[in-house]
Parts: sequence; C-alpha cells; structure tokens
Amino acid sequence: MKAFDLIVVGAGIVGAACAAAAAHEGLTVAVVEPGPVGGGSTAAAMGHLVAMDDDPAELALSAYSLRLWERYAMLPEIEFSRCGTLWVARDERELAAVPARIARLAGAGLRAERVDARQLYELEPQLAPGLAGGMRVPDEAVVYPPRMARHLLDQAGAAGAQAWLGRRVVELLEHGVRLDDGTRLAGPVLVATGVALPQLLPELPLYPRKGQLAITDRYPGLIRHQLLELGYADSAHGDAERSVAFNVQPRPTGQILVGSSRESGVADREVSLPLLWQMLQRTFAFLPILRGLQGIRIWTGLRPATPDGRPYLGPLPGRRDVWVAAGHEGLGVTTALGSARLIVDGLLGRVPAIDPAPYLPARMLGGAAA
Amino acid sequence: MTEPVRRYDVLVVGAGPAGLAAARAAASHGARVGLVDAQPRAGGQVWRHDVRRGMPAMARRAFAALAAPGVDWLPGTQAVLAQPGWLLADGPRGALQLHYRALVLATGARELLLPFPGWTLPGVTGAGGAQALAKQGWPLRGKRVLVAGSGPLLLAAAATLRAHGAQLLGIHEQAPLHALRDFALRLPRWPGKALQALALRTRLAGVAYRAGSVVVAAHGDDVLREVEIDGPRGRARLACDQLAVGYGLVPDTGLAELLGCRLEAAGRHRRVAADALLRTSVDGVFAAGEALGIGGRDCARIEGAMAGHVAAGAEAPARALSARRRHARAFAGLLHETFALDPRIHALARPGTLVCRCEDVPLGALADLPDARDAKLASRCGMGACQGRICGTALAELGVCRPEASSDGGRRPPLFPVRLAALAESFTHDPQEKRP
Ligand SMILES: Cc1cc2nc3c(=O)[nH]c(=O)nc-3n(C[C@H](O)[C@H](O)[C@H](O)COP(=O)(O)OP(=O)(O)OC[C@H]3O[C@@H](n4cnc5c(N)ncnc54)[C@H](O)[C@@H]3O)c2cc1C
Ligand SMILES: Cc1cc2nc3c(=O)[nH]c(=O)nc-3n(C[C@H](O)[C@H](O)[C@H](O)COP(=O)(O)OP(=O)(O)OC[C@H]3O[C@@H](n4cnc5c(N)ncnc54)[C@H](O)[C@@H]3O)c2cc1C
Repeated sequence: MKAFDLIVVGAGIVGAACAAAAAHEGLTVAVVEPGPVGGGSTAAAMGHLVAMDDDPAELALSAYSLRLWERYAMLPEIEFSRCGTLWVARDERELAAVPARIARLAGAGLRAERVDARQLYELEPQLAPGLAGGMRVPDEAVVYPPRMARHLLDQAGAAGAQAWLGRRVVELLEHGVRLDDGTRLAGPVLVATGVALPQLLPELPLYPRKGQLAITDRYPGLIRHQLLELGYADSAHGDAERSVAFNVQPRPTGQILVGSSRESGVADREVSLPLLWQMLQRTFAFLPILRGLQGIRIWTGLRPATPDGRPYLGPLPGRRDVWVAAGHEGLGVTTALGSARLIVDGLLGRVPAIDPAPYLPARMLGGAAA
Repeated sequence: MTEPVRRYDVLVVGAGPAGLAAARAAASHGARVGLVDAQPRAGGQVWRHDVRRGMPAMARRAFAALAAPGVDWLPGTQAVLAQPGWLLADGPRGALQLHYRALVLATGARELLLPFPGWTLPGVTGAGGAQALAKQGWPLRGKRVLVAGSGPLLLAAAATLRAHGAQLLGIHEQAPLHALRDFALRLPRWPGKALQALALRTRLAGVAYRAGSVVVAAHGDDVLREVEIDGPRGRARLACDQLAVGYGLVPDTGLAELLGCRLEAAGRHRRVAADALLRTSVDGVFAAGEALGIGGRDCARIEGAMAGHVAAGAEAPARALSARRRHARAFAGLLHETFALDPRIHALARPGTLVCRCEDVPLGALADLPDARDAKLASRCGMGACQGRICGTALAELGVCRPEASSDGGRRPPLFPVRLAALAESFTHDPQEKRP
C-alpha cells in the first residue's frame, strides 16, 4: 500500500489548491478525482473573485484569498481579467449603506469607492436610467475556474504530487482511502468533494444550492465591470428557498455571463425555466440592452452550502486523520487559495494568517467535539 | 396578436421530407398538428428553396401538408428548449410555448466537416453548405469551383452549383473506384435511386469525377488560391476560387438529447434509438428521417409518414409501411459501406490546424484530453456559438475526444443561439384553466 503525507479527495478548485499548497510545502501528496479536473461545481461557476462583507469570517477569508490570487494575475491561461466589481444601488436607501460597506472592506485591506449616479452611468452607460449610484471595488477580477483548477493540479504535480484521475474514493479507511478499483492509499485524508461531501462524511450537514447561468455570444465592450445589485447579499445569504439577483459579468472573450439564481436543496441539474424567467427579468430591469442579445448556452451548477454559510476547513473530530475542505457555497473560487493555506498551516501546526476557528468543522458536531 | 401558447395533439419538429410526411399523416387522422422549422421555407435540406429554380414535383406534393386542414405551419421557428410536455420556440411570432401530446423529431442531418490544413480559409465551405448558399442566390457565375469529400451529396451539390453558373473543376470522391463500382452494380435494387444518380450524372456531363481522391490542403494567403489533392495519380495542386468539401452527413440529435432520448452508435457518431414503430425511449416522442441514421430522402418520407400515423394513434397504417422502410434503410447501409472514410482523411489535420473555429482551438491543444468535456473545460473547444455542433462532430469522427463521456449528457440548451428576451418570456397570460 502506498503511503502519503496527504491524500486529497476531489480535484475541484478547492482540492487542487490544497494539493498544490501541500506539495509546495514538501508533503508527499496524492490526489483522487473521478471526473475532469475542475469538472464539478468549479466548472459551473461564474469565476468572480469577490469579497463578501456581510459575515466577518467570510470577509476575512475572501480578503486573504484575494491577496493570494494576485500571484496568478499574470497567468494567461486562467483568463484573469481585472474588470472590478460595480455594486449598483437602486435607490437612496441602498446607496446610504455604501459608506459602511466601504469601511468594512477597508478594514480587511480592500479598496472600494462610492459612486454617484453620474459616475455610475459614465462607468456603465448601458445601465437602466433611474439608478442611484453604487460602490466600485476596482481590484476585483474574473477568472476561468476550471483552468485554474487544472493549473493548480499541474503545480501540485510539478512539486511531486501523484494524481489518480478517473478514480473515485469509495471508502474512508482507518488511515487512508480505498478507490473504486480496489487500490488502497495510506495517509491522512483531506475530503474536498464539494456537494458530494455527505457521501463520505454523512455527519457534516451540507446541501446543494442550485444556480443557473446564461452566456451570450460576443459583444466586446458592451459592459466593463462585473455588475451586481447591492441587494445581492439578501439573495445570496437569505433563507428564501428560491431567489434571483442581478449579477452580470463581462468575460474576456466579450461574452456576457448572466446570473444568478439560488434554489435550496435541489440536486438535479435541469434548467428550471420559471427561475430563468425571473432571473432574466431582473437582469433586464438593470440592463435592458441584454434583451436583444443572443444567448448561446444556459447551464446549472450546485453550490456546496453549509447551514451557517461558512466552509468547513480543518480536522474532523471523531475520525482519525480526516480533514475537510468543502462547503464554500457561492464563493469557493475566490476562497480556494486562502482555504488551502489554512488547511496546510493546520496540518503543519503553524499559526495561520487568519483565525481558523470560524471554519472548523467541529462547530457543527455539537458536544461531540474532541 | 398571435397566440403564444399553442396546444397540439402532434407536434412535428423539422419540415424536411420526414417532417412534411409526418404532419400530413398525423393530420389525416384528424389530429391537431403543429409543424415547425428553423428555416423560413419548408423542404429541409434536399428540397431547400432555390431562388432561381422550381421545386421537383415530389416536393410540391409533399408541401401540400403545409396547407392541410388541422396543420399549423410555423416557418422560421426554432425549437430551443425542452420542458416536460412542451417546447420553447422562437421565431417571427416571438417566443412560443408549443405543447404536445406526441412529438415527432424530424430534425434531419448536418454535414460532416473535417479539419485539414487551410480548411478555415475564406473560399472553403462544406459541400451541402455551398449548395445551400447557391440556392440562396450566392454569386457563382464564372467561379472555378472544386467539389470534394464523400458521398452522393457531392453530386447533388455539384449539380446545383453548376446550374447556378459555377465552372466545375471536378468532383473528388475519396472512396476508391472499386467501392463505387460495387455500389453501381447493386444500385438496380433501388430503381428510384439509380434514376436519381443517372439524372445527376447527365446534368453533370463533362465534369470529371475522380475516385480515391482526397483534398489534403487548401492554400492561399488570405483567401483560397489553390487546392492540393492526393489521388491515384499522386499529388497535384489546382488553382481555384471555391472549394466545397463535405464528408457526408451526421444525424442531428440535439433536440433528442435535450429530451433525454436514448441515442445509439452509428459508426463513430450517434443516432436516435427507436423501435419498429419509431418510438424513442421517451414516452410520446417519435423520430423519423435522418435523425434515425442517414437514410436519404425516400427513407425520410416513409419514416415521416409512419411516425405521423403512430403519433396520431394509428398503428396499422404505420405497420403497412414497415417493409418499404426496411428496403429504404438497406440502401442506406449500402451507402455507408461504399463511402466509408479513408483513414488518410483522419490524419490530415496537423497540431496547428484549427478544430474549433468559434474559439480558435487547434488540434494540438487537445492532446491527452480523453473526452469532449475535458477538452471543453481545458481548451474552450466547443464553447462558442455553435456549441460543439461542428467541432464535436469532427472530433468524434477523428476519434480524438470521446463524445459519450460528457458528463452533461450532451444536454446543451438552448439548441440554437436565441434572444435572451425569448428565454425570459414567462407566458403569464396563459391561464391554467385553459388546459384541456
Ligand atoms: C452557478 C454558480 C456560480 C458560482 N459563481 C461563483 C463565483 O462567481 N465566484 C466564486 O468564488 N464562486 C462561485 N461559485 C461557487 C464555486 O463554484 C464553488 O464554491 C467551488 O467551485 C467549490 O469547489 P470545490 O472544489 O469544493 O467543489 P467541486 O468543484 O465540485 O469539486 C469537488 C470534486 O470532488 C470530486 N469528487 C466527488 N466525490 C468524489 C469521490 N468520492 N472521490 C474522489 N473525488 C470525488 C468531484 O468529481 C469534483 O471534481 C459558483 C457556483 C455556482 C454553482
Ligand atoms: C447540407 C445538406 C445538403 C443535402 N443535400 C441533399 C441533396 O441535394 N439531395 C439529397 O437527396 N439529399 C440531400 N441531403 C440529404 C438530406 O438530409 C435527406 O435526403 C433528406 O433531406 C432528409 O430528410 P429529413 O426530413 O430527415 O431531414 P432534413 O431535410 O434535414 O430536415 C430537417 C429539418 O429540421 C429542421 N430542424 C432541425 N432541428 C430543428 C429545431 N430544433 N427547431 C426547428 N427546426 C429544426 C431543419 O431546419 C431542417 O429543415 C442533404 C443533407 C444536408 C445536411
């Protein structure tokens, strides 16, 4: 039986980032992935690198991760494009909340600026009339997530990691894993299987939150920033079973990626038309010009969601040598790099750059924490 | 205002020979029939409207279906999305919700285009593509045109191009001479086909027809100047203005896949699987014509009629057509044998040759990517406006990336690029009470 310092289960962007970080530290790493690298939630994601500031823990992890992303900004194959984020306020009430958000972002080391109505239309002339202004976060960017996952896995490979592609982990053993072809690998295990987490670790609550996206043909220059409504967090983190929000992205190709919707507890990948209608109607209310653009593809994806909206990062009490990096919901592309650092620092017993406590899986296991 | 929510007993998608026959057969039983086609005119590929020339008598008879009582003909209308019991379509009447009890897929075929050095130069098109352009009035008079590739479509395309004034430099068929001879010897079993072939040859009198002859490269700086050919007499370069090259047809299974119909292997490609009464694996969904495998016009007409009958609940008239269908399908089998592609053709593309034209992906970028989904995620191959319809088919033919392994199950809505406004149409003015 082959022995490793770490066996990473799943090569989505989170697993790939953990494998790269661990291999970089000199650990001997195995990675197991049954499908294409980055072919899970990672392949469905919008790829917006964004700081969400409504939860302090989420803000700390996204701000930390955004700094780590800077190392990859020059990498052509991940299609990194620093378009910045423009949060749009519909009315004075929403605009009034902007200074507090700017202050919160500044507290995490992120630059943001208030934008009045005139500036808003200078920045994005296609926005519907009558909007109040907004907030611009100029350093944020968009990437192509599956290629980043692949790049990270290549980095891990270059540092000596071994990949079992086309293989699935079917069982966690006392000290290792068993693959679907019977192979056994020995060593500490990191489960990074996204929405499939409950299959291997049923004790951790995790459910899918489905999202739908539509992408258009190429219309270069039509919009310049990732555009979101300031009310987005209500949709993103609200308890509603189903919600939609204005969330539109210019791809480096000139295509326009249109989001976003959330449906809790839905695991099928079918396009649900009623939600698509709502999502597009919402989009047209902010960007009427999109009505006439040609959509070339609609797809859905599943966000791995936890009950408190924070990922699970750390050792799993009650199991020997089992670690978790999963449950990043709608922010895992952004936060994969920070998550990987937290995991590796934890494995090596180092003091991490940010407080790891809010993300420890133990928080969900009640009194069972070891 | 036209009614955006429509309800039919039988909805037929595709108004080629198969779809027209299906609509007519279903309507003959009193069914309310909807017939949609993405093209502005009926006729499909073989009876595509020609701006200059009339329609054959057989086509005129088939077009009677468009005016048959009970048939709602919706030209220029694309079925783009499938929902349980209805399709979302978009066209000149805006977005439509087309509800059905039974659905007939008569979506036909697409041309197989394969990459070779120079195939993306302006001046190079598919053979069927050139034929369609000619019929739309594309100026050809005096142009030197070379037709190449494989299959009977080359003759049909050449005849149309010539009728529109092109100066044909020759037809280069990749199949070897002996295969064509065997084919000709067996043709009398299908007298209609033999006559068709003869008629085409007569219209093409004086045009060289070369067997065992493959286009290996197209040369030119910014447009096509020369075509390089590898034939029984060695390599040669021919100066020419237009190259029409197609390697036969592949069933269009897009809508069937969206609906979740089972597909089966057809050589290196796939066709819709159906039983003897043309029922697909999905309840209430039938298929006819090229979607079931390349069989040609006559096969499409017979299957269309069968599917139309069964969809309207009349099995007996469909069973009565079974023998004719088998005969027609046997001809299709002969075509496949005769025009099987020479392995030389699979090796033409170089690492630098583009395979995905929408996203500019060269063949070399796909090395070591086991399946089409991997290729898409890693290289963007197939992510553009055509959504892999062209490159995915070519890659399957080349055996480079397996199509079956796609974990999105081939479902790629919408079927065609569509206005976002059409996808946002909620049809809320449709009162549920109106349901039967
Ligand atoms: C519509 C949508 C839009 C999004 N937009 C954004 C965005 O703009 N910005 C952002 O930051 N985030 C976004 N996200 C969130 C982001 O996609 C996820 O948080 C992130 O991809 C999660 O990565 P992961 O590696 O945990 O999961 P995954 O990418 O799903 O990877 C898990 C991997 O584990 C593998 N696996 C499963 N079971 C096993 C097993 N038994 N053995 C071995 N391997 C296994 C799977 O095959 C898979 O490859 C979006 C998500 C969706 C759905
Ligand atoms: C480019 C080309 C040229 C050809 N030329 C000839 C020729 O000259 N002579 C010959 O004998 N055979 C020709 N063929 C072969 C031809 O396919 C068959 O002979 C015959 O047309 C098959 O009939 P069908 O009804 O099955 O399909 P088709 O005639 O292909 O009809 C299918 C129809 O379905 C429509 N359709 C498909 N999907 C949708 C959708 N989602 N929504 C709405 N409409 C849809 C298409 O627009 C098309 O009109 C050609 C084929 C191709 C691809």
